[in-house]
Amino acid sequence: MSPDGKAAPLLEVAGLHARIGDKEILKGLSLEVKAGEVHAIMGPNGSGKSTLAGVLAGREVAEVTAGTARLDGKDLLAMSPEQRAVAGVFLGFQYPVEIPGVGNLYFLRTALNALRKARGEDPLDAVDFLELAREKMKLVEMDPSFGSRAVNEGFSGGEKKRNEVLQMAVLEPRLAILDEIDSGLDIDALRIVAKGVEALRHPDRATVLVTHYQRLLEHVVPDRIHVMAGGRIVLSGGRELALELERKGYAWIDEEAKRGAWAEAAQVTS
Amino acid sequence: MSASVESLLAGDGGGPEVPGFAAALRRQGREAFAREGLPTAGLEDWRFTSVSPLAAHDFAPGGAGAGVDRAEIELRAGPAGGPRLVFVNGRLRPDLSAPGSPAEGVFVGGLARALAERPTLAEPHLGRLQGLAGQPFAAWNTAFLEDGALVHLAPGASAGAPVELVFATVARGAGAFAHPRVLFVGGRDSEATLVETYVALGGAPALTSAVTEVVLEDGARLDHYQVQDQPADAFHFAAVAARQGRGARLSTHSTALGAALSRSDVRVALEGEGAEAHLTGLYMADGARLVDNHSVVEHRARGGTSRELFKGVLDGASRGVWAGRIRVLEGAMKTDAHQMSSSLLLSRDATVDAMPQLEIYADDVKCGHGGTVGQLDADALFYLRSRGISRERARGLLIYAFAREMVDRVRPAALRQRLGRLVAARLPDGDLVLEAA
Repeated sequence: MSPDGKAAPLLEVAGLHARIGDKEILKGLSLEVKAGEVHAIMGPNGSGKSTLAGVLAGREVAEVTAGTARLDGKDLLAMSPEQRAVAGVFLGFQYPVEIPGVGNLYFLRTALNALRKARGEDPLDAVDFLELAREKMKLVEMDPSFGSRAVNEGFSGGEKKRNEVLQMAVLEPRLAILDEIDSGLDIDALRIVAKGVEALRHPDRATVLVTHYQRLLEHVVPDRIHVMAGGRIVLSGGRELALELERKGYAWIDEEAKRGAWAEAAQVTS
Repeated sequence: MSASVESLLAGDGGGPEVPGFAAALRRQGREAFAREGLPTAGLEDWRFTSVSPLAAHDFAPGGAGAGVDRAEIELRAGPAGGPRLVFVNGRLRPDLSAPGSPAEGVFVGGLARALAERPTLAEPHLGRLQGLAGQPFAAWNTAFLEDGALVHLAPGASAGAPVELVFATVARGAGAFAHPRVLFVGGRDSEATLVETYVALGGAPALTSAVTEVVLEDGARLDHYQVQDQPADAFHFAAVAARQGRGARLSTHSTALGAALSRSDVRVALEGEGAEAHLTGLYMADGARLVDNHSVVEHRARGGTSRELFKGVLDGASRGVWAGRIRVLEGAMKTDAHQMSSSLLLSRDATVDAMPQLEIYADDVKCGHGGTVGQLDADALFYLRSRGISRERARGLLIYAFAREMVDRVRPAALRQRLGRLVAARLPDGDLVLEAA
């Protein structure tokens, strides 16, 4: 509960430090996302965007050395990846993993029922699940044949991303973190992915779009945009920030940084 | 007293009268086993597989009349899906069997009776395929040659439903050994599916040494399966020797799920032009168990094709051994041979030794081998967990995903489903994992 009486943020990250091997990637990152909001995190390559997404979902590649990350006030960092999923975190992968031998819809039903069970709900039977899956596959304009194929196996880049959005649409997470969901997509696929993200908008849920480019933001209008550089958020603003980045590139961030308060951060990226 | 050549030969020759050629085979087997003894690590083929654990037990010949009922057999080997012969300690048990009525030109029956009543069916082939030199367990089996299964197809005959042979080694109260024997003769252009299931019952250590000989005349086709599903204190040795005529096609698929020590030796000779052999298998082990698959595929005529693929899942401190040799003899031009071994190691202490070997004495051949040894994919594991699937179930899903290729290859539907269940039962959350299939 925040002191001013407003609703506590859904996601609250404070002073987060994380490293991969000896290299510090996140250097005191703080971020608040309220329920009902869509945020975008932009920034140059190497700024730590994907590490942040992975750390929030529980990927073990990066080691958290300081700071906190809370979802609904609960300590995310103390949870296993599957516990975070139960709590409502969903990570849309930049590179969705191919899993030969595991059926796509079977996997999704297993996931949904694991979440339902952990939340004390009855599992969906095969028939009810199939109905739900068909409806959501329509939303992401995915051919039903993808349901019976192995998870992501032989999918094109765009199909993999749509499959991520399908999973998100079925699992209905409270916090969706989509890591470069727009990379490698043609305009049609981008439109479909955007539609899926928009469909998830809900007063109880939030979405964090991690992206390098602002073109996704032409389809999904975020409430807040953050710019990451050198392992922390260095600028936050409204949609106009995305346009400015598009016009001026990321270099000016570095220039600003060298003159400003975040000189240390800028050194890492330059 | 512990297992020794002398103790293991005590009690042979006590069986019923067999025709002279079979009695001669027994003598040869006995002599070869007495001469060579149990294999030692000094032998190339036994470098990675020690049979010394046998010495910790006493074994006596298992009795044919051991008390076993059909329910016990069906519990371990599944319900019969077609004609089924059940053997207890190597001897046919008509009371447990359901041979059905074989199709025209097809003989399915006990070897002892066949030797007595129709010796000409077996005589040209029995003991002619399986060599005894350097094959101590086959020699031991032959020393006890008495009963087993004979499946004989006349030219052009088709067996229809899979012929099932269930071999139960029954060791009640004390260690027991048994010597299952199979002779399959497929006449010209005949067609059959043969399933051998090896189980052990009774609670004491069971020692099984099986020999299967397969003759495929020109154009004959056989789908052959061996399923070894024995308790973790059992010892299992199985030798398969096959000879293929022109254009004959053999597929032999092994599933080794149990036993403290499980060893398979498959030797296939492609003698006729254009013959085709597929050797495939899945093995799973945990604890301190060992599974060993040895094979030799010999291309003796031109235009032959062989394919070999084995997959292993090894947990705990278990060990896998895979040794595949392809020999392409002079004159076997246009041979197309490939072998592959993949293993999944689930723990730091599990190991696998994979030894592919190509010996090529002919020109214009295509031969290759490959293999992988790996662990569960950490990215895939995280992907599944990030969707809310527990670590244990995610592991089970990924292990099954690795193994299922070898289950999916099984053509008879009932056997495929049963093997899927047996594999899944060894995995975390196995019943749920199986829904993926």
